[in-house]
Amino acid sequence: MIYVKRRAEFSAAHFYHNADLSPEENRRIFGKCNNPHGHGHNYTLEVTVAGEVDPTTGMVLDLKDLKKILEQEVLQVMDHRFLNKEVPAFATAIPTTENIAIEIWKLLASKLTFGKLHRIRLYETPDLFVDYYGE
Amino acid sequence: MVYLTRRYRFSAAHRLHNEALDAEENARMYGKCNNPYGHGHNYVLEVTVVGEVDSATGMVCDLAVLNGAVQREVIDRFDETHLNLDVESFRTRVPTAENICLEIFDLLRVPLKGAGPGRSTRLERVRLEETSSNFFEYYGERDTRSTAPKVR
Repeated sequence: MIYVKRRAEFSAAHFYHNADLSPEENRRIFGKCNNPHGHGHNYTLEVTVAGEVDPTTGMVLDLKDLKKILEQEVLQVMDHRFLNKEVPAFATAIPTTENIAIEIWKLLASKLTFGKLHRIRLYETPDLFVDYYGE
Repeated sequence: MVYLTRRYRFSAAHRLHNEALDAEENARMYGKCNNPYGHGHNYVLEVTVVGEVDSATGMVCDLAVLNGAVQREVIDRFDETHLNLDVESFRTRVPTAENICLEIFDLLRVPLKGAGPGRSTRLERVRLEETSSNFFEYYGERDTRSTAPKVR
């Protein structure tokens, strides 16, 4: 089994707010991230696909295919967007790094026609990232 | 389960020297690191917590709790110090990166228990970079990698 990783970058705005909580509770829990005008990040996404090496090509997958799927399924949905307002999943879920990673897993898992999605790693900043393995 | 990792930095001096060994053995074992005057590193510390994402907040960990614990337990204790001379636990233990990893895990394990809004959050891993070429990882005595979802 070989693990192949590819990185992609996207930039997006978001803010953290739970409509079930009072304005005071939202400010207490989310602090500056609760500003309704939003703020932004340059996210770095690292997608890991696991698979066996094809004896004919010597490859687990064609990186062009993975790049294309990342562009179609993730970047077109999230890049240069206001996540709370423009991405359907975040009309209800709060677009924390955790929830964005889980959403990216959902967007990609069924679209990969090669290998098996192994891990989503999402950097919100170079010093803060989350990993999700699909369970 | 989501794994959340945050990076921190501290700088410290140390000397690798074991009192139980003689001067030749120390010199042979630790080489340049046995220099009696010590030397220093810019350490990069990665702390990983794991837990369920809390449905009310979308978060696995309260970053203020994480930052507070690391600042209080690690940075305030280690940063800009000579580990052998200024940190109690390294008066008797050689401050190798391995031992620093173990010590940081011990210092953070309890403060990070239930550090997330969902309360299932716990410390998963401590990773310490001594230089950009050397790094060390510790998952606690109960190494959960065999039962974690997949090999990382």
